[in-house]
Amino acid sequence: MNQFLYILWLFPIMVLSQDKITGVVFEANDKNQEIALAGANVYWLNTEVGTVTDIDGKFNLTYKPEYKKLIISYVGFKTDTLTINGPKTIKHWLQSTDNLDTVTIKSRKQTTAKSFYKATNVINVSSDELLKAACCNLSESFETNPSIDVNFADAISGTRQIKMLGLTSPYILIATENIPSIRGASQAYGLSFIPGTWVESIQITKGAGSVVNGFESIAGQINTELVKPFTDDKLFVNLYGASSERLELNTHINTKVNDKWHTGLYIHGNTHNKEHDVNNDGFLDMPKFNQINLMNRWQYIDTEKGFVSFINLKFLNDEKQTGQLDFNPDTGKLTTNAWGSEIDTQRYEISTKFGYVNPEIPWQSLGVQTAFSSHKQDSYFGLNSYDITHNSLYANAIYNSIISDSRHKIKTGISYTYDHYDEQVNASDYERTENSVGAFFEYSFDNLELLNLTAGVRVDHHNLLGTFITPRVHARYSPWSKSAFRASFGRGKRSANIFTENQQLFSTSRQIQILDIGGTIYGLDPEIAWNYGFSYLQGFNLFGRKADITFDYYKTDFKNQVVVDWETPTEINFYNLNGKSFANSFQVELNYNAFEGFDLRTAYKFYDVKTDYNSGRLEKPLTPKHRIFANMGYETKQEVEESGHWKFDITYNWLSDQRYASTVSNPVEYQLPERTPTVATLNAQITKVFSPRFEVYLGGENITNVRQPNPILGADDPFGANFDSTFVYGPIFGSMYYAGLRYKLN
Amino acid sequence: MKKLIIIALMLIGTLSFGQNKNAKASLEVDGVCGMCKARIEKACLNTKGVKFADWNIDTHELKLIFDARKTDVETIEKQVLAAGHDTKAFKATDEAYASVHACCKYRDDEVIDDHKD
Repeated sequence: MNQFLYILWLFPIMVLSQDKITGVVFEANDKNQEIALAGANVYWLNTEVGTVTDIDGKFNLTYKPEYKKLIISYVGFKTDTLTINGPKTIKHWLQSTDNLDTVTIKSRKQTTAKSFYKATNVINVSSDELLKAACCNLSESFETNPSIDVNFADAISGTRQIKMLGLTSPYILIATENIPSIRGASQAYGLSFIPGTWVESIQITKGAGSVVNGFESIAGQINTELVKPFTDDKLFVNLYGASSERLELNTHINTKVNDKWHTGLYIHGNTHNKEHDVNNDGFLDMPKFNQINLMNRWQYIDTEKGFVSFINLKFLNDEKQTGQLDFNPDTGKLTTNAWGSEIDTQRYEISTKFGYVNPEIPWQSLGVQTAFSSHKQDSYFGLNSYDITHNSLYANAIYNSIISDSRHKIKTGISYTYDHYDEQVNASDYERTENSVGAFFEYSFDNLELLNLTAGVRVDHHNLLGTFITPRVHARYSPWSKSAFRASFGRGKRSANIFTENQQLFSTSRQIQILDIGGTIYGLDPEIAWNYGFSYLQGFNLFGRKADITFDYYKTDFKNQVVVDWETPTEINFYNLNGKSFANSFQVELNYNAFEGFDLRTAYKFYDVKTDYNSGRLEKPLTPKHRIFANMGYETKQEVEESGHWKFDITYNWLSDQRYASTVSNPVEYQLPERTPTVATLNAQITKVFSPRFEVYLGGENITNVRQPNPILGADDPFGANFDSTFVYGPIFGSMYYAGLRYKLN
Repeated sequence: MKKLIIIALMLIGTLSFGQNKNAKASLEVDGVCGMCKARIEKACLNTKGVKFADWNIDTHELKLIFDARKTDVETIEKQVLAAGHDTKAFKATDEAYASVHACCKYRDDEVIDDHKD
């Protein structure tokens, strides 16, 4: 019947000749059925000439050659503009806005995006950015990001530590989907326990951050969003192999259970069993290791009712072995036969998330998160042994709403944490339980244009830290186009886990001494710091291409700090700060999209990090004052959507000289100069994308083959008084090449 | 089918009228960019009783939630027109349209093209 009608419709056009345009508007649907859309607006752009479709979705409209663009719109549907070159019959399907998320957005997204609109200084790192450094876990994901410093791995743990604003990772709150995850016993190696392919995106907040996730953050917050069963590829396989004979395998399998439940299984394994000693000091340059890491996620979505839920199960087993080449763990463990070390970690995690968004009132939502983890590390380093078991429970409930209208948002809720630590440090046993109950309230104001403000406060009652208030305030002001001035201040408080956070101390002959008694944590007091920040972001056009420049200045001022004093070469001393300790950081960053597909990112950073030690005010050891960073990325144009293309990426890092902790009291042969030389490294990677399903990459780390010649002090006498493996300022291994592939099936 | 939906929607509309604290409405409002979005939403939110306003750049749909005891769609629509944005039913006055920023002149073909990316 319908077909017949169209034919009928065609006749009049022919008869009336060239001055009319007719057509039918349908509602787009999966089966391409012709569901007529009545009451849709059809009009010529910039004219008063228009009509409304009738009950069968039909319209007819006068045509004139000067009318070029025909607009078809209907509330709840995407407005379409058609270019019309002459009178004709149109059949048009309008897309419902409910289905709009299926529309592919063609414009190129920035892989690292700074927000012009938020009050907090947040940098969002997408998974595309993470692909620029193909290897392999979260600790290595920050290499192309100037806001986070990644140091060089020491020979014992082989793990890279990160720093922000000149402060080490314990001062950063590192969360996985907003649940604080890398803390306590997992502080030292936890970043290497999150495989890179599991990461969907990373949000880096400089400065105090929000009060919602706890009171511990001081320098900033890093949140990692993991891939989700609902949105991740049905099957994903990533294989990686490096010239050092490191091998990694990642497999993701995601399935739909029913309309509401999706589940995913994520398997990661890595292994490295080749012995390397490039610098001939008798010690392995990097540990041998095996890791198995499993995650199972369940995701529940009911958009109609507004429920979202996640259940995550994780299991990790990690084994590392290092030391002298002739070390055999079966016969040499904790003996002086040869110096050797083993670190075995097992970790279980169960976490759940439950979210409800009122479908009627979009500003009202409720979220409840719970997480339980058990972390067990058994390890020895030469004659030192260190075991830690950390059981942790975390619960947090957040309620979101508005006051009067959506420009005034509030977040409020309660949280509970429980941590039990059991540590065996050589012959000494340390055991403690920490628990805290807290309530938080955060108000944010957004005037939609120039200004927004987030002010939060939380009150916590902690069995060892006492009852205290944590205020944090962020503001943004944009006085002119593409600008953002930001200011923030906030307080953080934490208990320092001195052994697990400074595990490298065990790979030395240093005597461990805690110089204070009377405090609640190892005899020491909690750490308290204030962080103040100021930042200015300006976007502009340079030769017609987009660019932006950021100036960041942050200051962290410790009211109390557990000072880690390496200044006596035969001792490591822990004591409460007596005097001042601060970290000032300044950063200029320039991003420029110089031509189509080419992005340049450069940064200069200045750090002034000083502490009053018992021996006087000194620069923090192994913290360079100046850093230069540059990253260039180029992507060839994709001709058609399914075709292949190339990606090129180069990262350059330069560090100024760094201060060595004092070695003047050592015998002359074990003395180091006052400062290290400067060091520069270059990484590069090429990716060939064959199709949206398959890509291959090839890269080199430290391709100029820079090496620190003698990373271990006293390597010739590992059981002597001067043995120390912590003086690492540069790469130990030299250049390394790798190749890998990624395969996706949807 | 469509007719039925329309009738059903109208019924719901009438039913939820009266003293609804969280009345919902949707308007089609013309505009081109993020600045327009801020202007449109601000105009709505500055109307007493409006709790939520979200304008979609692509679809031109303005979603509203307001306290029906304090305001109504006509009042909100007037505010949008006063801010210089045309709605489906009414055109903003020339004075009001003149007040929008040069880059937001959504009636201008070139400006629309500039915002296409």
